[in-house]
Amino acid sequence: MRHGSYRFVASFLAIPLALYAIFVISPFAQAFYYSLTDWTGVSPKFKFVGLENFKTLTHDAVFRAALGHNVILLIGVPLLVIFLALVFAYLLNVGGRSNSAGVQGVRGNGFYKLAFFLPQVLSIPVIAVIWSVVMTSTDNGLANTVTKKLGLGTSEYLASPKIALYCVMWVMIWGSVGFYLVLFNAAMSGIPKDIFEAAIIDGATRLSTFFRITLPLLWDTIQTAWVYLAIMALDAYALVAVMTAGPGGPDNSTQVMGLQIANNGFQFGRAGYASAMGVVLFFLTLLIAAVMLRATRRDRIEY
Amino acid sequence: MTTPNNLSRRLFLQRAAVGTLLATGGSTILAACASGGDDAGTGGGGAEQTAENPFGVKAADPLDVVIFKGGYGDDYAKFHESLYKKKFGESAIKHTGTTEITPTLQPRFNGGNPPDVIDNSGAKMLPVSTLASSGQLADLTPLLDAASIDDPAVKVRDSVEPITLEAAQQAGKPAVLNYVLTVYGLWYNKKLFTEKGWEPAKTWAEFLTLCETIKKAGIAPLAHQGKHPYYIGQILLDMAVKHGGKDVIKAIDGLEPNAWMHPSIKLAAEALLELKKKDYILKGTEGLDHIQSQTAWNQGKAAFIPSGSWLENEQKPVAPKDFATTVTFTPLLDGAKLPVECTEISAGEGFIVPEKAKNKAGGLEYLRLMLSKEGAGKFTELTGSPTVVKGAAEGLTLSPGAASSSALLKSGADNNWSTYFGDWYSPMRDPLYSIVAELVAARITSDEFQKRAQKLADDTAKDPKTVKRTRS
Repeated sequence: MRHGSYRFVASFLAIPLALYAIFVISPFAQAFYYSLTDWTGVSPKFKFVGLENFKTLTHDAVFRAALGHNVILLIGVPLLVIFLALVFAYLLNVGGRSNSAGVQGVRGNGFYKLAFFLPQVLSIPVIAVIWSVVMTSTDNGLANTVTKKLGLGTSEYLASPKIALYCVMWVMIWGSVGFYLVLFNAAMSGIPKDIFEAAIIDGATRLSTFFRITLPLLWDTIQTAWVYLAIMALDAYALVAVMTAGPGGPDNSTQVMGLQIANNGFQFGRAGYASAMGVVLFFLTLLIAAVMLRATRRDRIEY
Repeated sequence: MTTPNNLSRRLFLQRAAVGTLLATGGSTILAACASGGDDAGTGGGGAEQTAENPFGVKAADPLDVVIFKGGYGDDYAKFHESLYKKKFGESAIKHTGTTEITPTLQPRFNGGNPPDVIDNSGAKMLPVSTLASSGQLADLTPLLDAASIDDPAVKVRDSVEPITLEAAQQAGKPAVLNYVLTVYGLWYNKKLFTEKGWEPAKTWAEFLTLCETIKKAGIAPLAHQGKHPYYIGQILLDMAVKHGGKDVIKAIDGLEPNAWMHPSIKLAAEALLELKKKDYILKGTEGLDHIQSQTAWNQGKAAFIPSGSWLENEQKPVAPKDFATTVTFTPLLDGAKLPVECTEISAGEGFIVPEKAKNKAGGLEYLRLMLSKEGAGKFTELTGSPTVVKGAAEGLTLSPGAASSSALLKSGADNNWSTYFGDWYSPMRDPLYSIVAELVAARITSDEFQKRAQKLADDTAKDPKTVKRTRS
């Protein structure tokens, strides 16, 4: 009987594990190996060059710029997304008037949830195309027409090296808030309403219920969101590739590591070098995820 | 009860065992895909080499053709295949039309079983210099020395425009047959210009006067494809080369010290800055891609736009019916060495035959058939673009765009120039034009432009991964 159950469990695990090993583990392992070679990407022959690629990488100015931009995204995107998603989720859940029926969300919260979640349904290139049309740099671009009418003047948006990266960041935030809103919303509705009610009866303000009750009880979810968003900010390839000049932005202002990997690997015939970049990105992602999980660890609250 | 513990431990072990097994097994399989296999193809051929069949193609050998199905489609290739089929009736031809050249072919090159003919073009083209320097491309010398299809007394080498031979060179031997001839310049709507009584300008002073007139008429004198600064960079280089002579571009292509510091580059850079500062450039064009900017130009929002001779075909779906797409030369800066009526030309759409192709002889023969007047004429007929085959477009009725580019090609003759640094040193290409974009947006001065471009060229030259080349 017990033997049968092992077999049963194993049979379920075999296929996913096989897929995982073939499509995830093995490419990673290969990338590590190729990062130590001068493989061009289109030849069966290559030489082992040791740490040469990593040495070159340390003084590659473009890669360093790309890394810097990823770091800006890494700080900005999770902070703003989590902040906005929390605020909106809080409003949707307990932002409305409290009356005899207890604490409620704002009126029409179902509609808001849908509206915020909608970008999540669109694929990233679609979002990128929509926003690059909105942010068209000529005077008859959508955003420019509006701001001009309002007397705010016009902007070059993605064509300006000063703000191009922040335009990309904005689109990234816009595209992610909806998902985390729904996530936080679900977590919040798991918190018993009577806790809020008790707090309000005791005279707690909305702000203090948020900081004293909601935030601590959502900590696990926020932590997860933070790690996911950080990983997304380290990528950003698709948005940058579709939206910005070059791609890579005017004056390399939106270069990201993903773009450099793709360029070196597939255009310049430097797959070994690109693998080295990939390895760096891998460890960076691992490090950041570990640090974030460690730094934000709190005692779990049972309720 | 120890059961739960026991279960999880055993499960863990089983899992680990399965995982390890699959991981090791899987990686060997994948390694085989990524870079395994090194068996050389047979190369085909082996039949008797005759005047009719100079490479000794065996009639029964199949032919595997992969075509970049981009702006030119792949109907022309099907016609070329029919020519091959007519000659070698028993041969089974496999035709693949795709935009995914590298994703499709990278595993085949790595696995040692590449196709016989590849039209290596488009955004996802294979890195050709890398292929050539690792000996994976067939030497095209036998093809160039073979008799042409149309006249057995004329070698293929003499039946094509001279730029073909120059553009074919990779790793010291001719390895790429660039089939399509492209003429670059400033494009305008002749109908609009005739109506308004405007004439394309020959000198810089005339050009500025013309721009002022156009601006007063409520049209931006110049638009460019800001998201792809390569286009406006072409105008910069054209004016610089015409001012300083072909040595300017030869120095740039050779990554020579101070190539970008040449006074002609400075003059051309200053000229572009002047256009921006006098507000002659369409506002916001820096953020437009080629489709947006060219459409704005088609809508009459801008008078001139830089591009190559594919423009007319590319804009067909959006251009008004009576829009007369016409090319003209860039204006001449004072003291120029070259005459005004010449321009940059390039040979593009690179056809290659892999060294390890199973039917290499067939691949070469296919290229020879493409270079016949029949094959090339059909290409021009289907795509509206000229080929490198001399006189293949004779007798065809040409559209205004094709007619004006043929005229410019002819008037420029030996003064037409070409450049190769973008292809030879691909990592330098985008960064360089990104600096041009900064210049045209007037965010940097001409001096800064020259310094940054020169630094980039010097860094490229110093990079041990760069295969440095010089032009003859």
